[in-house]
Amino acid sequence: MTEPIIYDLSVPGRTGALLPDVDVPTTALPADLLRDDLDLPEVSELQVIRHFVNLSQQNMAIDTTFYPLGSCTMKYNPKINEDVARYAGFAQLHPLTDAEGAQGALAVMYEVQRWLAEISGFSDVSLQPAAGAQGEFAGILMVRKYHLDRGDTARTKILVPDSSHGTNPATVSMAGFQAVELPSDDEGNVDLEALRAACDDTVAGMMITVPSTLGLFDRNIVEIVKTVHACGGLMYMDGANMNSQLGIVKPGELGFDVMHYNLHKTFSTPHGGGGPGSGPVAVNDKLAPFLPGPVVGIVEEAEDEDDAPLYGFVMPEKSIGRLKVFHGNFGMHTRALTYMRIHGAEGLRDIARYAVLNANYLRAQLQDDYHIPYNRFCGHEFVLEGHFDGVDDVHALDISKRLMDYGIHPPTNYFPLIVHEALLIEPTETEDKATLDNFVTAMKTIAKEAHETPELLHEAPHMARTKRLDEVRAAKRLILCCRPIPAAEPVKVTEQG
Amino acid sequence: MTYIPHTDVERQQMLSAIGVTTIEDLFEAVPSAHRFPKLDLPKGLSEMEIAAEMLALSEANDHGQDFAIFRGAGAYHHFIPSAVNHLLLRGEFYTAYTPYQPEVSQGTLQAVFEYQSMMSSLTGMDAANASHYDGGTSLAEAITVALDATKHQRSKVILSHAIHPQYRAVVRTYHQGNDVIITGDESDASLRDLVDMIDDDTAMVAVGYPNFFGQIDDFGALIAKAHEVGALVTFVINPIALGLFKSPGSIGADIVVGEAQPLGIPLGFGGPYLGFFGVRFNYVRRIAGRIIGETTDQDGKRAYVMTLRPREQDIRREKASSNICTNQGLMALAAAVYLSLMGKNGLKKVAELCYHKAHYAADQIGLLEGYEVQRDKPFFNEFVVQCPVSVKAINEELINRGIIGGYDLGQDYPHLQNHMLLAVTEMNRKDEIDALVAALSEVQEA
Repeated sequence: MTEPIIYDLSVPGRTGALLPDVDVPTTALPADLLRDDLDLPEVSELQVIRHFVNLSQQNMAIDTTFYPLGSCTMKYNPKINEDVARYAGFAQLHPLTDAEGAQGALAVMYEVQRWLAEISGFSDVSLQPAAGAQGEFAGILMVRKYHLDRGDTARTKILVPDSSHGTNPATVSMAGFQAVELPSDDEGNVDLEALRAACDDTVAGMMITVPSTLGLFDRNIVEIVKTVHACGGLMYMDGANMNSQLGIVKPGELGFDVMHYNLHKTFSTPHGGGGPGSGPVAVNDKLAPFLPGPVVGIVEEAEDEDDAPLYGFVMPEKSIGRLKVFHGNFGMHTRALTYMRIHGAEGLRDIARYAVLNANYLRAQLQDDYHIPYNRFCGHEFVLEGHFDGVDDVHALDISKRLMDYGIHPPTNYFPLIVHEALLIEPTETEDKATLDNFVTAMKTIAKEAHETPELLHEAPHMARTKRLDEVRAAKRLILCCRPIPAAEPVKVTEQG
Repeated sequence: MTYIPHTDVERQQMLSAIGVTTIEDLFEAVPSAHRFPKLDLPKGLSEMEIAAEMLALSEANDHGQDFAIFRGAGAYHHFIPSAVNHLLLRGEFYTAYTPYQPEVSQGTLQAVFEYQSMMSSLTGMDAANASHYDGGTSLAEAITVALDATKHQRSKVILSHAIHPQYRAVVRTYHQGNDVIITGDESDASLRDLVDMIDDDTAMVAVGYPNFFGQIDDFGALIAKAHEVGALVTFVINPIALGLFKSPGSIGADIVVGEAQPLGIPLGFGGPYLGFFGVRFNYVRRIAGRIIGETTDQDGKRAYVMTLRPREQDIRREKASSNICTNQGLMALAAAVYLSLMGKNGLKKVAELCYHKAHYAADQIGLLEGYEVQRDKPFFNEFVVQCPVSVKAINEELINRGIIGGYDLGQDYPHLQNHMLLAVTEMNRKDEIDALVAALSEVQEA
C-alpha cells in the first residue's frame, strides 16, 4: 500500500507536541507582522511514528541488506558511534561556548586531526569541510592561494583524469579554474604521454583519486606526482577510496600535497540517506598556512605530563577562510574518533587488508560470467561491464534492478564514465564470506537470465514495492511540494523601510 | 579490535579462490618503498573502554544538561521531542545512501519530499531543495543562483551587516575565485543605506529575518528597489520565528536560505546542521543540490525520485554550478519529523514561548542599572544589551552560577564593545531567567 503524505493524515486541532504553558508575564505580539497562513500537518505523535516507521521500511540500507555501492564505502556503522555522538556533553554543547568550557570537544577535534595526519602522512588537518566535495573545494582554493601568494598568477588550469568523480571538475570550476581532462591508457592508468604534454607553467595542479575510480592502484603514481611537481603544480588526492590505503600507503609519502577524507566512507559515520558527511582536508607543510579555519591547536602546554593541555581555536596564518559556520560537522568527528580508537593502528590496517581481500574475492568469482575490463588485482572495489555479448538489450541498469529482487542493493552504475555499462562493486571489509557468496550466486543467476529470459531483467524489480519510475514525468511536471503556496502580497513601502 | 567477521579458514578459502597466498600479495601495485608504513597510533580499545573515555571527554564540557543556556547567535537550544531521535535511529534511514535507486529508497525520498513541502509552506517559497550543509553555505550558493539568474551580467552582491558574521565569512571564502563584489556589510550601514546602494549592477541583496540581532526589520523599500532594478532578494531566516511572523514569500523574497538547526537538531557543538534553500518557481532550475519530485511508477502508483538531475556535478561535471554531492539528508528528516510533531499549533506555540520569555527577560534586564536593552525595533527571541562592564567579565561570572551568558558582539562589531546578544527559548524556565537577571545585577555591583 502507498504510504499517505503526512498532510493527508492531518486533522484540524491535533498536535503531536507536549509543550509547557507560558510561565512569564506575556507581551503583546506585533499584530501587523504576524502571519495567519501557517500550513503544517496536524497529527498525533503515534501517527508521526507510524508514518515514518512505515516509510523507513521502504528503504534498503546497510542495516537491512548487502549494499556493495562502489565509491561510497557502505560499511557497517557501529552502534556505539551513535551513542557517543548523543552524550549530553557533545549533543547539548553550544558551538560558541568559550574554549575553557569546551575542552572535551576540542580534545576530540584535536585527536581526530592528529589521527588523520598520521594515517595520511601529512603534517596538518582541518576539520572544517562538511563533506568530501567541500574538502575538494578547500583543497583547490588552497592550491589557488598558494600560487597567488608566490605572486604566480599565470596558473589557470587544473588537470583531471577522465575517470574522475564529477565533483572534481565541478570543484575546479567553482574555484575559478579551468578543468583540463586527461585520457586514461589501456590499463586504466593516467596516460603519461598526455600528462607530460599537458604540464606547463599554466598548470596549478592535478586532482586524482587513489586507488583510481576503477579501484586500481596506478603503477605510475610516483611518476605522475613528479611530473606535475616538475612543472610547478601541486598534487591533490581525492580520498574517497581511502578504505584501501589505511596502513597500506600514506599519500603524503607518495608526494601528494593535499587530500580530503570522507569520514562517512572510511570511518563509518553513517551516510544518512544522502548526508551529513564530513570531509576533513590534510596537507603538507607547504599548504598548512592556507588551511580553512579555525583549526584546533594547543594554546598552552600542560605543566604536568599527566595533565591535558589547553586547546583552542586557531586561524592558520594565510587561511583561505572559513568554509562552514562554526566548526565543521562535529557529530561526525566524535563518531570517527570512536571508530579509529576502537581499531587502533593494526585494526585500521586490517580494514584495508580485508576490504581489498573481499573485493578481489568477488572479482575472482565473477570473472567467468562478466567482462571485467581491467582484470588485475584491485583495491577495495572493481568494475565490471553490465552487458553481454550477443544480448543487445540488457544493460547495467537492468542488472541493477534485478539485484533488488535478490534482496541486494545495486552497485554504483554508469560510473566511472570511461567504462561501458559500468557496475562499480565495493563489498567493504565488514561483509562475511557467506554474504559475498550469496551475491556471487545472484550475479551468476542474473547472467544466466540475461541470456535465457531477458524480459525478467527488463521488467525488474518485481519484488520491490515500487516499480521502475517515470523520471521524465517527474522532470516535466515538476511537483516539488504538495501544498499550494500563496503568492506574495504587493510590497508596501513605509517611511521606516 | 575490528568489525571484520572473517575466520582464518574463510580467509584461506578466499585467498585460494583469488590464487594468492597472503593478503599482502594483493598490494603489489603499491610502490614497494612506501608499502605498509608504520602508523604511530595507539592500539585498539574495547567498546567499554572507548565509551568511558568519550563520556569523560563529553563531561569536560559546559553543556545544556548542567547549564542554563542564554547564548544563540546562530545556534539555538530548543526542545526536541523524544520521537525525533527514535526515528533518526531507524537504521533503514540512517544507514542508507543517497537515493540513487528510487525503487528501494522510497522512504528517504518521500520523507525529503515532505520536508521540502513543509519548508516551502513555512517560508512561502514554491520549491525547496533537499538541503545544503548549513545556513552559511546556503547563503553562498544563493549568490551563485542570483549571478546565474541575472545572466552573469552583474557583479555586485549586497549583504546586510546584520547577517551572521560567520555566514558572511563563508560567503567570501566561497566566492574568492569569482568575479563578484560582495559589499554593504563593511560598516553598520542602515537599511536605508543598503537601499541606496542597489543599482543596475546588483545581482542580489541579502538580509536577515530576524536579523543577527534578533530584530524584525521592515524591508518594503529594499524589496521594491531591488525588484525595480531586477535584483533578487534573499532572506536569511530563523525557521522558529516563522511560526509567528509573516513568511518571507508573502513579503516578496525571491530566495530564502537559513539554518534549520532549531527544527529538532541538537546544538552538537555546531554540526551537523541543516542548510535550508528555497526559491520562487522561476529559479528552481538554477539551484544546486538534490531535489525530490513526485512521479508515478510503471503501475501508475505515486512515487518519488531525485529530479532535475542534469544540473548536478556527476552529470554536468565542470559545467555544474556547484560541486555539492552529499546534503544533510538525515537532518532534513529530523526537521520533517519535528515539524510534523509540532504541526501548525505547536510551532506557533514554541515561537510564542520564545517571544514572551525573551521579552520578559528584556524587560527585567532593562530595569537594571547600567544595562540598556536596544528596543528600537520589534524583536523575536534575541536582543542586544549594552553592559556596564566587558561581556567577557560578565560571562566568566555567569559560568560560576551555572549560566552560559550571551554572545560577545564586540568580537565581530567594533562599535558594539560591551554589547551582549542574549537568546531566550522555551527551554529557559522563569526561574532561570530570574537567576540570569539577578546575576547580571550583581556583576554590575561587583
